[in-house]
Amino acid sequence: MTVHETTAEKEPASTPPGDEVEPVLVVDHLVKNFDIRVGELIRRKIGSVQAVSDVSFQLHKGKTLGLVGESGSGKTTTGLCVLRLHEPTSGSIRYRGREITDLSRREMRRIRRSLQVVFQDPYASLDPRMSVASIVSEPLRIHKQTTGLRDHVDELLRLVGLNPDYGNRFPHEFSGGQRQRIGIARALALDPDVLILDEPVSALDVSIQAGVVNLLEEIQDRLGVAYLFIAHDLSVVRHISDAVAVMYLGKIVEHGTRDDIYNKPAHPYTQALLSAVPVPDPRLERGRQRIVLEGDVPSPAHPPSGCRFRTRCWKAQDICATEEPALIDRGQGHPVACHFAGEQSSAIV
Amino acid sequence: MTELLAVEDLTVDFLTPDGTVHAVRGVSFTVAAGETLGIVGESGSGKSVTMLATMGLLPRKTRVGGSVRFRGEELLGRKPKEIRRFRGSKLAMVFQDPMTSLNPVHKVGKQIAEAMLAHQDVSKRAAWAQAVELLDTVGIPAPGRRADQYPHEFSGGMRQRAMIAMAIVNDPDILIADEPTTALDVTIQAQVLETLDKVKRELNTSIVLITHDLGVISRMADRVAVMYAGEIVETGVIDDIFVTPRHPYTIGLLNSLPRLDTSNTTLTPITGSPPSMVHPPSGCPFHPRCFFRRENCSTDKTNLRDIGLGAHTSACHYAEALSEVAR
Repeated sequence: MTVHETTAEKEPASTPPGDEVEPVLVVDHLVKNFDIRVGELIRRKIGSVQAVSDVSFQLHKGKTLGLVGESGSGKTTTGLCVLRLHEPTSGSIRYRGREITDLSRREMRRIRRSLQVVFQDPYASLDPRMSVASIVSEPLRIHKQTTGLRDHVDELLRLVGLNPDYGNRFPHEFSGGQRQRIGIARALALDPDVLILDEPVSALDVSIQAGVVNLLEEIQDRLGVAYLFIAHDLSVVRHISDAVAVMYLGKIVEHGTRDDIYNKPAHPYTQALLSAVPVPDPRLERGRQRIVLEGDVPSPAHPPSGCRFRTRCWKAQDICATEEPALIDRGQGHPVACHFAGEQSSAIV
Repeated sequence: MTELLAVEDLTVDFLTPDGTVHAVRGVSFTVAAGETLGIVGESGSGKSVTMLATMGLLPRKTRVGGSVRFRGEELLGRKPKEIRRFRGSKLAMVFQDPMTSLNPVHKVGKQIAEAMLAHQDVSKRAAWAQAVELLDTVGIPAPGRRADQYPHEFSGGMRQRAMIAMAIVNDPDILIADEPTTALDVTIQAQVLETLDKVKRELNTSIVLITHDLGVISRMADRVAVMYAGEIVETGVIDDIFVTPRHPYTIGLLNSLPRLDTSNTTLTPITGSPPSMVHPPSGCPFHPRCFFRRENCSTDKTNLRDIGLGAHTSACHYAEALSEVAR
């Protein structure tokens, strides 16, 4: 493991309370660098972007971890690294206790049965020339589980609330919400333990989104799948998650149970993020104190020294530029990566 | 309050190979001086097309009917040249995607100055100075240096603020903002909403805010019009819409929203999906998806009507009975 990090401790990462049971998936100190290259003919490396920087978390059977952050925070890259659709630069990913970062492609393919993914765009993630039945059965055919294929596909379509008679139809005949259900049926075909859900409802209208969110919850209750729910919508994440990790510029800045994060956020970024979301209730909106952050997210190619959030933080002091705050419990009962972590219960109301 | 804009019975039909799409079907609303009107609806509800028609920005072969009056003057059916007198000076627009609405090969300052030169008799130097000042107004740091840069040197949030600067350069009476923050991250959205608030406060500009985001509406709007299938189905001041909704669609929208302020919510989706606008449903357009539908809903149509709650109107036959079921 190449060490890029100066973070002092390399102990097993701290996790929020309530994680006594054996986790299904353990991600430890995950790092992903992308090279920045220039030149047309002769490609030359001129630097690198650390898209994911020392990220650790665990997924538990039947539970949902929400991974939130804005564009460029590294949440999607984290999800893709877990599936090794991106090769992690360093760090460890253990599925049921087994290290998967050093598996061969063939071995990895076997593990992928258990680790499936649903993408954001229900229009781009389904092959328009395949019928719904062949889309949903493709994973089964790849993994040679073809006995009783037809019945299995019907059962999957019923599971996601689609009429099995629609199996012969093509993706363009379905609405966005129905397409997302097809994508979910495909992801469930191999009976996975872990689903990576990358913005699964953000392309949908709210009235349709609610149905897909409910479906995901029902499926989890029935099948006990662990979810990594990646999203930028903090309201959806609150609704669906048991635990939440907040990312900023490649790092987890705060990690706790849902109530930790939403009721007593302790990192200034989490507080700003929550206070920036308008609530669909004018009576609440009128009384809210808003934290409006200055400026934009810095380029991940040149992240600020010390704490990456300090350039936009109203609490920043000299130490923030020199010393990177570790993600540890600072008396709030859950890990926070801020030297000046302080509970603020009024971020939302 | 002075009524600036009055839209009456607006209809928009697009002729397509698949048939005529009835995108807007008899929409009426007014915008008063200094107020923010929120128009909320989902994809395909006709909210953007309504405002494009109001601004005279639809393709020529589109069939537009009804009436759009600005300070009493009819805008529909005018020659493009005459419309241009209003557009940009009296009525200005900000679109969702600031990258495609700014010209990539011209400096930002020049584009803002140009908008001013098109409507006012000022020197280029004065227009440039005004552009710099407006960039400052919308909260762009180092506005003098920024005016001299190209759009690609701006971040998404800064581009959107530059668009707002361009829209207000002629001190318009009404600023129409179509999903102005949808492409932005939430902390950047907060900055842009703050900027719009400031514009409204300092210039007393009326704002028409088109969005699918009920949170943004509740944060920004004074009054709300809820659109479904090319029609306005409910209007009222924001508390009417969010606290005592009287149309099943509005109630459905609110019940399907996950909440940031509480963990214990049950989401109730609206069943079915939005209708085809080539063949809109008969009667009430929402009846196929309505939890409260009755026998006559598929045949009888009702327009927005007074429901005995002041300025609150609803296009539901059973609006009064909904007080029992609204949350």
